Amino acid sequence: MAVNQASPRVKPPHAGKLQTSGETPPRKMPFLAKLWRDSPLLVMVAPTVIVLLLFTYIPLLGSVIAFMDYVPFLGFTGSDWVGWDNFTSLFQDQAFWHALWNTLQITFLQLLLYFPIPVLLAVFLNTVAMPLAKKFVQSVIYLPHFLSWVIIVALFQQIAGGAGVVNRFLITHGLSPFDVMSDPGTFKLLLTTQAIWKDAGWGTIIFLAAIAAIDQGLYESAVIDGAGAWRRFWHVTLPGMRPIIILLLILRLGDSLTVGFEQILLQRDAVGPGAAEVLDTYVYYNGVIDGSWGTATAAGLLKGIVSLLLVLVANKLAHRLGEEGVYQR
Amino acid sequence: MTSVNRPVWLGKPKPVAIALKGLALILISAVVIFPFLVVVSTSVATKKEIDANGGYLIWPAQISFEAYRQIFDGTQVTRSIVISVGVTVVGTAFSLFCTVLAAYGLSRKGSLFQRGLLTFVLITLLFGPGMIPVYLMVKQLGMLNTYWALIIPGAVSAFNIVIIRGFIQGIPQELFDAARMDGAGEWRILWSIVLPLSRAVVAVVGLFLAVGYWNNYFGPLLYLNDTEMWPLQLVMRSFVLENNITTTATHIPGQIAPPAQSIQMALVVIATIPILCVYPFLTKHMSKGMLTGAIKG
Repeated sequence: MAVNQASPRVKPPHAGKLQTSGETPPRKMPFLAKLWRDSPLLVMVAPTVIVLLLFTYIPLLGSVIAFMDYVPFLGFTGSDWVGWDNFTSLFQDQAFWHALWNTLQITFLQLLLYFPIPVLLAVFLNTVAMPLAKKFVQSVIYLPHFLSWVIIVALFQQIAGGAGVVNRFLITHGLSPFDVMSDPGTFKLLLTTQAIWKDAGWGTIIFLAAIAAIDQGLYESAVIDGAGAWRRFWHVTLPGMRPIIILLLILRLGDSLTVGFEQILLQRDAVGPGAAEVLDTYVYYNGVIDGSWGTATAAGLLKGIVSLLLVLVANKLAHRLGEEGVYQR
Repeated sequence: MTSVNRPVWLGKPKPVAIALKGLALILISAVVIFPFLVVVSTSVATKKEIDANGGYLIWPAQISFEAYRQIFDGTQVTRSIVISVGVTVVGTAFSLFCTVLAAYGLSRKGSLFQRGLLTFVLITLLFGPGMIPVYLMVKQLGMLNTYWALIIPGAVSAFNIVIIRGFIQGIPQELFDAARMDGAGEWRILWSIVLPLSRAVVAVVGLFLAVGYWNNYFGPLLYLNDTEMWPLQLVMRSFVLENNITTTATHIPGQIAPPAQSIQMALVVIATIPILCVYPFLTKHMSKGMLTGAIKG
C-alpha cells in the first residue's frame, strides 16, 4: 500500500514549490550541479541502501539456489544447476503438503476465532462511560502485545501446562487433568488462544479509532427514531466500522501463508511436527537444520511468490471495497 | 464521576447493566493480570511453600529473593542480560541512525535520484527474500556467530522510514528555506531543525525498535551457535521451556537453594521489566503512531 501512497505517479500541485524555493530553478540544473547540491542527501541514504542491497536484494538474487544442488562448500559458482528438480522433489514431499495444510488450517482458525474478538472488544470498551476504568483496562490489555513469545509461552505453561494452575485446580477438585501444552489434537486451538491473549487487546486500537470517528448525530437520530442499543449497534456502529474491518480482513487473507513462526517454533517439540509443522518451520528445519538448501529455498521462494500475489490481489480488493465503503457511508 | 462521557440521549443506565459491565471489565483485566501475579508470586516464593502447593503460588506467605540473587550470581544468566542490553542498545542506535538519515535523505521531492531510491526502499515492503538466502548471505560475510548478525540484516525497515519521512515532510517548508538562506547545509538542517522537531516520532520508533531487539529470539537461534553468546530470550527458553537450569552460582552453605520454579519465573520477570519500563511512553504515543502507520502503510 505504501508504495502507491508514497511515490505518487501524479505529482501534487505544490510539489514543484520545494524546488523553486531555492535560488536556482532545478529543472534546468545541469546534472553535475544537482549532484553537488544533493550529494549530502545521497550520502545519508547510503547506509540504508547498503543494508538493503546486502540483506534484501542480493539474497533475492541468491534465491536462484532453488534451482541448484547447493553445496555450501562449493558455493554459488561451484554448485550444479538442476533446473526444476528441487521443486519436483518438494511437490513429492508429503511433509511439505502437510505443512501447507497445517498453515491454512491455522489461518482459517484464526480468521474465525481471533479476528472478531478485537472488533467486539472495541465495541464493548466504547460503551464504557467511566474514563478511568476504560483507560485502566486499555493499558492492561495492550501490554501483552509487547512481550516476547518466549514469555507468552512460559506464562501459558505456568497456567495451563501439565503442572500449571488449571491442572492443579482440576486435580484438587477430583477431575482428570489434561496438558494442553503438549496435546497435538488441540495445538491449533492453543496457538489461537495465545494469539488472542497476546494481540486481541492491541488490535482494538484501530477499531476504537473507527468508532470514535462515527458521527454522534447518527446515534441521536437513531434514538429519536426509537432504536434500542442493539439496533444502534447494528445500524450505526457496525456500518461505521465496516471499511476498516474489510480492509484488515483482506490484508489478513493476503498474509494467509504466514502464521506465527516464532510462536510455533517454540512449541513444535512439545507436540511434534505432525501438528505444528507450518511452511516457515518446514523451510527452517529442511534448510538450516538438515542442509537441504535447494529444496528449502524452493519452498521459501514459492511461499514468497504466492504471498506477493495474494498481497497484490488483496490490495486491489481492499482498494476497491474501501472506496465502495466510503461511498456507502 | 460515572457519567462524564455519557451522552444525554442515552438516559440513565440500569444498575444491572453497570454491574455486568463492571464485572466484564474486571474479568478482562484479570485474564491478563492473573498470569503475571502467578509468575511474580512464584518467583519470590520459598521452596517449602512451592512444594506444598504443587509448583506455583498465587500469593506467597513468605517472600524470598533467593532466586534473583542466584540469577545475578550465575554466570550464564547474568552474562545473557548484559548481552541482551548491549545488542538492544547498539541495535537500536544503528537502526535509528540508518532510518533517520534515510528518512531525511528521501524527504525532498525532486532531489537527485529521490524517486528511484524511494522505490528501491519501498519494494522491500512487498517482497522479502526467504530465510535461507539471508542466512547464507550472513554466513558468506563471516557474520555467523557474531552479534552483528542480530543487528545489521534487519536494521532497516521501510515501514519505519516511511513513518519518519512522513513526519519530516510535514515540517513547514519555510523553516528549511530560512535555514538554507542562512547558509546551513543538509547535515546542519537535519541536526538543528529536523531532529529537534521530530524528537517524539523518532523516540517512539526507537522504542518499538528496542522492544523488537530485546524480544528477538529467532535471530540468535539462527545465527549464534555458541551458547556462551546467548541473549536473555534464548537462555530463558532453555531454562523455562526446556527445563535446563544450569546456574553455576556458588551455593552458600547453610542456605536453602531456591526452587527451580522460582528461578524460571524470576527470569520471566526480569525479561518483562524493561518492557514495563518503556510501556508508559509507548502507550502515550502508540495509538497515534499506529494510526498514522495504518493510514500511511
